[in-house]
Amino acid sequence: MSSTKRSPWLLLVSLLVYGFLYAPIIVLIVFSFNASRTNVMFEGIVNQGPCGPFYWYCQLFRNRDVLDATRNTLVIALTSTIISTIIGTMAALALQRFDFFGKRASETALYFPIVTPEIVMGIGILVLFSAAFGWLNSLLALAPAQRLTMGLGTVIISHIAFSIPFVTLVVRARLHGFDNRLEEAAMDLGANELITFRKVTLPLIAPGVLAGAMLAFTLSLDDFIITFFTTGPGATTLPIYVYGLLRRVVTPEVNALSTIWILVVLVVVGISQWFQTRE
Amino acid sequence: MAEYAVELRNVWKRFPGPGNEAVTAVKDVSLKIADGEFFALLGPSGCGKTTSLRMIAGFELPSEGEIFLHGRPMGKTPPYQRPINTVFQSYALFPHMTIGENIAFGLQMKKIDKQETRRRVGEALEMVRLTGYERRRPKQLSGGQQQRIALARALVNRPEVLLLDEPLGALDLKLRKEMQLELKKLQREVGITFIFVTHDQEEALTMSDRIAVMEGGVALQVGNANDIYEHPTCRFVADFIGDTNFLVGTIGVQEPHQARVELAGGVGLWAHTPQPVRQGQPVTVTVRPEKMHIRPTATDVNVLTGRVSDIVYIGTDTHYGVTLSGGQRIRVREQNYSVESRLLAREGEMVNVRFSIEAARVLTE
Ligand SMILES: Nc1ncnc2c1ncn2[C@@H]1O[C@H](COP(=O)(O)OP(=O)(O)OP(=O)(O)O)[C@@H](O)[C@H]1O
Ligand SMILES: [Mg+2]
Repeated sequence: MSSTKRSPWLLLVSLLVYGFLYAPIIVLIVFSFNASRTNVMFEGIVNQGPCGPFYWYCQLFRNRDVLDATRNTLVIALTSTIISTIIGTMAALALQRFDFFGKRASETALYFPIVTPEIVMGIGILVLFSAAFGWLNSLLALAPAQRLTMGLGTVIISHIAFSIPFVTLVVRARLHGFDNRLEEAAMDLGANELITFRKVTLPLIAPGVLAGAMLAFTLSLDDFIITFFTTGPGATTLPIYVYGLLRRVVTPEVNALSTIWILVVLVVVGISQWFQTRE
Repeated sequence: MAEYAVELRNVWKRFPGPGNEAVTAVKDVSLKIADGEFFALLGPSGCGKTTSLRMIAGFELPSEGEIFLHGRPMGKTPPYQRPINTVFQSYALFPHMTIGENIAFGLQMKKIDKQETRRRVGEALEMVRLTGYERRRPKQLSGGQQQRIALARALVNRPEVLLLDEPLGALDLKLRKEMQLELKKLQREVGITFIFVTHDQEEALTMSDRIAVMEGGVALQVGNANDIYEHPTCRFVADFIGDTNFLVGTIGVQEPHQARVELAGGVGLWAHTPQPVRQGQPVTVTVRPEKMHIRPTATDVNVLTGRVSDIVYIGTDTHYGVTLSGGQRIRVREQNYSVESRLLAREGEMVNVRFSIEAARVLTE
């Protein structure tokens, strides 16, 4: 290593920054093993029932609400990831290869939601859905039981909407420097547009598409604000559920749930990183 | 009916340019390329060579005109339905496939069975002398090897026509020369029509049966190497192919196929007139430097007097720069036959520059 003397301050500041970032997570994990029902004091590691120190984790899996919320969260995340990845990738390809009127404007418009405050988006989507549903319900004169309401569908649609720009951004980064001659070469050798896409374009941009999908998945998994505005009865997701719990009492169950969640996100982000850096 | 492998009939290509102006890349090009011919499209950068090739391959559609393949009009036929293959300048080998998979790609598209595919891939690799490279990746090959794989990937399909867009452009000079000969030999062996794009006139002259010289989207002249070099029809072709001298003057006395051209300073010369000219018409005469002599020879009708301004010795030849009495400058190339390179004149000396009528050609455009 180099013999340059490093300032001890640099080390201190680094430790502080990392400490500040990771302390809450560590506390959270530690308290998921707490013997006490509250998150105020750590009263030793819980050892109760057949699960021992993982008592709160087992409690979690006996909780119907948690299981429902988990199922909803996964359904929303998977559906919105698949659809937003397809649309976002197509948008990225179109922006890369075509020159059309209003290209710059549509590109800016595509990325704008990324910088828009989420709460603004959330309220906007809520207003849009209420207005549209109100209008459709009265137009079609639907019976109360058939009325269009907020629920899983609206959450999925809004998650698709906010994921698309992120997918497009990631795929476009991958497409940068993509050699269109490769597609021409495939067509020259007898592959039609579809086969060319499947055998040449897709394999070459796959790392970017997968990274985009992972990003969309994690975004959907932990989204609170937009989900909060667009969810309805029977469509509670994990973030919404945890928020509901917090308003009552914070038991180590919440910590256990959060710990599992962190692990899942970590794995997904890890995979996405691996894909993005891979040649 | 004489059928050509490829025929371009009054083909135009316009691209939308900046603003509302269209860029015309190809202007009214008509070409007839015979079966089994090695045909070169030669011209400076931006003259429309690649665009012409891309229209034949089907990557671009002509704005006007029609392209025929063995008499069949191509119309809007997509590239994957044309029995044509292309060797790209950048090779465009698929980086995510092995060499074997790259070469097999076209055969797979034609649904040729596995065994036959394997056999033909092996054959193709043998043809480009890279047997045993099936499992490598394109990145693990040198530029010259990639070039040969690109060639194998195209030829394995036995296309009716092979298009090559400056396929040797990225190679160093020595390899380039080697590949030129190899490519020519290969073309003779397989007997496939080659259309070869290059901006290197020497490459075009060495390799091709016939050459189309292009400039500004126009095919100025089509002919074999000898035609293009010895009988250029316009100033651009004479200038682009090899070295030449241009002498500007006006037409004087005329005889069949030849005329007296009066130059500045009261001197004149006799020159061949391939096209009809009229008396007093301003023209340019082209004379190749190697066809001008300082040493006396038998056939020289034309004699111009001038002062030697510079002498350059380049081994095989010695170049003499001569300023004529009318002020025009010409270059004379004398071959060095003998070992002692005896100078025929010294700088500043007055000399007579001699050449035949046939060596001087009147260009009207
Ligand atoms: N897709 C396009 N859009 C607009 N203009 C184009 C397009 N393709 C080519 N041109 C223009 O057409 C002209 C001819 O281009 P072309 O690529 O055929 O030249 P070239 O002879 O192959 O040149 P080079 O030797 O540099 O490859 C150029 O002026 C170029 O700018
Ligand atoms: Mg070109």
